[in-house]
Amino acid sequence: MSALHMSDVRKVYRMGDGSEVVALDHATLSVDHDEIVALVGPSGSGKTTLCSIAGGILSVTEGRVVVGGEDITEHSSPALTRFRQSKVGFVFQSVNLVPFLNARENLLVVDELGPRRRSAARQRADQLLEELGLTDRAKNLPSELSGGQRQRVAIGRALMNDPDLVLFDEPTSSLDTALGEQVMELIRSEMKQRDIAAVVVTHDDRITRFCDRTVEIVDGHLAA
Amino acid sequence: MRLALRELVRRPGRFVTASVVLTLIALLLMFLGGLLDGLIRSQTGALRAQDAQAIVYSDTAQASFVRSRIEPGLRAEVEAVEGVREVGGLGLVQLGARVPGRGPRDLADVALFGYELAPDGVPPVPGPGEAYADEVLKADGIELGMTIELGPARSPVRIVGFVSDTSFNGQGGVWAAPATWRDVLSANRPDARLGDGVFQALVVIGDEHVADAIDTATAGRTDSYTIDDAVEAIPGVTEQRATFNQIIGVTLGVAVVVIALFFALITVERLALYGVLKALGARSATIFAGLVAQAVSVTAAAALIAASAAVALDAAIPPGSVPLDVTVSRVVTSIVLLLLAAVAGCAFSLRRVLRVDPASAIGTNS
Repeated sequence: MSALHMSDVRKVYRMGDGSEVVALDHATLSVDHDEIVALVGPSGSGKTTLCSIAGGILSVTEGRVVVGGEDITEHSSPALTRFRQSKVGFVFQSVNLVPFLNARENLLVVDELGPRRRSAARQRADQLLEELGLTDRAKNLPSELSGGQRQRVAIGRALMNDPDLVLFDEPTSSLDTALGEQVMELIRSEMKQRDIAAVVVTHDDRITRFCDRTVEIVDGHLAA
Repeated sequence: MRLALRELVRRPGRFVTASVVLTLIALLLMFLGGLLDGLIRSQTGALRAQDAQAIVYSDTAQASFVRSRIEPGLRAEVEAVEGVREVGGLGLVQLGARVPGRGPRDLADVALFGYELAPDGVPPVPGPGEAYADEVLKADGIELGMTIELGPARSPVRIVGFVSDTSFNGQGGVWAAPATWRDVLSANRPDARLGDGVFQALVVIGDEHVADAIDTATAGRTDSYTIDDAVEAIPGVTEQRATFNQIIGVTLGVAVVVIALFFALITVERLALYGVLKALGARSATIFAGLVAQAVSVTAAAALIAASAAVALDAAIPPGSVPLDVTVSRVVTSIVLLLLAAVAGCAFSLRRVLRVDPASAIGTNS
């Protein structure tokens, strides 16, 4: 079963002057449950729109989207919120950790926003921190962590809800080459180890080698 | 909500400015309320102390002791009304009192009452030439056993005890026998001299709605009030209350604006963070509840600091100087109003929170 299946998806933005901008045009994409797909393309090509649709942040204008067996095409806004709490993980471009929470609490935020699992969540957070090599940094605030450590915390946060799909938005854009490669190796090993599908949005060709497949997007059109 | 409260604890510096401003506003609110209560208290104590169901004035008095005359015949009619159990005469004269040991022009303002039925906290009628003084008059140097001289005729009255909260029109109450009051009135206000048995008002103990029955029975020759209505009918009380309440209302409005501006600013600063939280699955209601929790917590802390300061101020100000009366009910009311202002202030940020797009966390323009 695919972790992500998008078929014939269109996303059209209606502008204030009545004109329309097609951000995604009849895009079809399937990602297997343990597959890592690099989504590459120039700025404004629609890769973040595709990522947002796959993550239940944006709804489609046309087409169908199924994530982890759940058809989210017709989901209402509250249903999409519940979907995001349970089915997907995000790692944002600028990491975006909560600045006044330490590493462990940044992982537990996911539990506080959704249905509370409390002690189970605390155990999972500790386990993830250990697996990501951050046990000794658990009490540190983001400002006390290095770029790579912050990225690892962000990955841990994305994995907290045991997602079917993790979406990485330019995960290495703020890192130097060596650190970027380390982070991509970490992403690959973590995803493969957990059998979790991932879509990595990037316009850096150097990191596509860490992915199983590269999909190019230009002007809203996907090309395998 | 826990996230918001944790921010409050971990980053208190962000909330210092709002806390200081809100503390000052809360103190102003409680001070104004205390002044209002103190002024009203100093104007109405003598009537509030009446343990009765009605105060009866003559029909043209407009609730003024000075304009009111109750003749013995009219009093007998009142006593005969069904539901009336006991009637006592009440008379007033407001004078300056010379206090031994103070300068001849350094007069204490007193309201001398002649009474038949003892109000709450006032002992039974004292002997001729004796009186109980309100304790606010201690600030004017009046002491137990002292003889003060009332009015231009310097009528002597010996103070044989102290009572509390019996002031009238801002003047300390002095409670004497009707004969003493009548003598002092005759000596100092010859134009207002009253004959034996004539009082300015009657205090009536009886059934709950006896005031209406009295006016009906006297064919409108009396103007009767319940104690609460008589208090409100004292000239100036309603106007003062309305004026202060308007100032308090404006102060609350300022509190709403301060909270609204501060948390609107904080919301704008956090739009990126809110976008991330929404992308992770936070509902707008959760984020807004956190904002409200922060506003309520900051306001509650400010209000509690202000309440402590107001109580300390009240204790520090000597009785009889500034008419400040900080009561528990006033403090609680002020805190509740401020907390409502906090919620109302946050409401201005609700639309902005609702409009935060989770897509902003990962950008929609690429």
